[in-house]
Amino acid sequence: MREFRGIQGWIRGLTVHPVQKKRDERLFIDEKHSCPSCQRPLGAEELETTLYVCPHCRHHFRLTAWERIRYTADEGVFQELSADMETTNPLAFPEYEQKLAAAVRKTGIKEAVVTGLCKVNGREVVLAVMDFRFIGGSMGSVVGEKIMRAMLVGAEKKLPVIVFTSSGGARMQEGILSLMQMAKTSVATQALEKNRCPYFVVLTDPTTAGVLASFAMLGDVILAEPGALMRFAGARVVAGTIKEKVPDNFPLSQYHMERGFIDMVVPREELKKTLGFLLATHPVPPGGKG
Amino acid sequence: MSEKLIREKIAELKDLAEKSNVDLSRECMEMEAKLGASRSPENEAWVRVELARHPERPTTLQYAERIFDDFVELHGDRGYGDDPALVGGIAILAGRPVTFFGHQKGRNMKENMKRNFGMAHPEGYRKAMRLAAQAAKFGRPILTFIDTPGAYPGVSGEDRGISQAIANNMKQFSELAVPIVVTILGEGGSGGAIGIGLGDTVLMMENAYYSVITPEGCASILLRDPTKARYSASLLKLTPQDMLAFKVIDRIVTEPPAGAHGDLAGASAAIKTAILESLEELSRMGTDALISRRHEKYLSLGVFQEQEARRRSLLQRLRDFF
Repeated sequence: MREFRGIQGWIRGLTVHPVQKKRDERLFIDEKHSCPSCQRPLGAEELETTLYVCPHCRHHFRLTAWERIRYTADEGVFQELSADMETTNPLAFPEYEQKLAAAVRKTGIKEAVVTGLCKVNGREVVLAVMDFRFIGGSMGSVVGEKIMRAMLVGAEKKLPVIVFTSSGGARMQEGILSLMQMAKTSVATQALEKNRCPYFVVLTDPTTAGVLASFAMLGDVILAEPGALMRFAGARVVAGTIKEKVPDNFPLSQYHMERGFIDMVVPREELKKTLGFLLATHPVPPGGKG
Repeated sequence: MSEKLIREKIAELKDLAEKSNVDLSRECMEMEAKLGASRSPENEAWVRVELARHPERPTTLQYAERIFDDFVELHGDRGYGDDPALVGGIAILAGRPVTFFGHQKGRNMKENMKRNFGMAHPEGYRKAMRLAAQAAKFGRPILTFIDTPGAYPGVSGEDRGISQAIANNMKQFSELAVPIVVTILGEGGSGGAIGIGLGDTVLMMENAYYSVITPEGCASILLRDPTKARYSASLLKLTPQDMLAFKVIDRIVTEPPAGAHGDLAGASAAIKTAILESLEELSRMGTDALISRRHEKYLSLGVFQEQEARRRSLLQRLRDFF
């Protein structure tokens, strides 16, 4: 992988991880699963061969960030960006520190998104992957900052940026600062716009609220996995505000495609091929402002 | 006297005034001033929330009538329809043309049904975007007014892409080559607020709140108890003072002693002065400087820990990316 030039100061927080095609036992949540959709028991070995898609009912399991990276990146290295960034408790919100500590213990990652540089189908890209297990994949200051920096690295290095979203929305414990991350990440997409860098979004289950209503909806091409829940307002907020009853699993990705808000619903086993096609058809033109 | 008692007393007085056709507004004001004095620090956040939602809180169009020399309302997003919950148009402010838009609540149940309680649909946000682009084309400064519990969360909003509309506004507003002054009038409700909330100067009324979620929403989701809204309001740090501390707003607009709900003329004058002063300051900046300052402001919002050197060098380099 090429050496970095420029942006030395803040990109230096690189941590290099190997991307192996061999299954890493630590990455899986459980050895034994039953499908949350059809309830049939499934073994980890079996799920591994199907990329965690239920062979019976096609339910797409949620993936951890590192599983997703393993399924998406080429074999080689994943250079993690901003690995040393730490979440604080700016509002002194009760029990936030404990919640963070528990999430770190449970997931083995430091925040709800992992960002880095790797190759996908032979092309160097910036990859950002959210992890729903980390406080519902919610976006606070660190998630917003890491997404923004991933985009700025893409702009500076003239690389495509691919983001996998999975999030309940803004992180309430960081209050208004979380809301501002919506603005921050949306403004950051302009860096990709001006440098004519491709920006691809893959919406995975679930992507809602503050994340859906910001960088998730701004891709040049927006893909989604089948059955991914996507909505602006959660059922409880809807019920509390306008007394309207919305089913928990509504609306899903297919619904949004029919209404024209996403480009394609792509089954997991075809994702890499589709991303490969998009990368091949989107060379970054020379020039731009970066 | 407890806050509740004072409130009851005020309601009683107003009721009496209406029935007997006597002017009791001075008495009402006095009572409301007393209410202000009963504010304890614990109640502070909740008082802001309640006053922001005060049924007599002036609306965007009421302010427009008093702040502008003249204005016309323009309708429609040119794609789906016109949203009465988010209004806008062209106005003359102190002799100069400006573009304005903002959430519009109703002042009674009938009006609120029409205005959807100030909860805008995607077509409202797209109308705002259309007016903003038009303003940039003709070099008119943009004034936005925020007063919403949130964007409309129902299925009709999802169907027409509320998430896309809000996201796109934030993305496009960051590039508009004219000054943008945002004023938070009352409720600054989450995505519905930031959907027209990106600007060069953000003003906030003294009795307003700005939050990622309503106190009720936070109480029911995080505290699992919707009745704890008062407590969750204090946790969310949503007052104008909090916003200043987090650098989310630039200035608090002091309301007249009776509050904006008791003195529309006074509140309008205060807003007008603050907007004119902000525009004066922004007009001295070149367009490029204005836009890069806007980028830097939004790209640097957030609090976290990292080696300081890295953070600084990022900010120094931001300009290169745009």
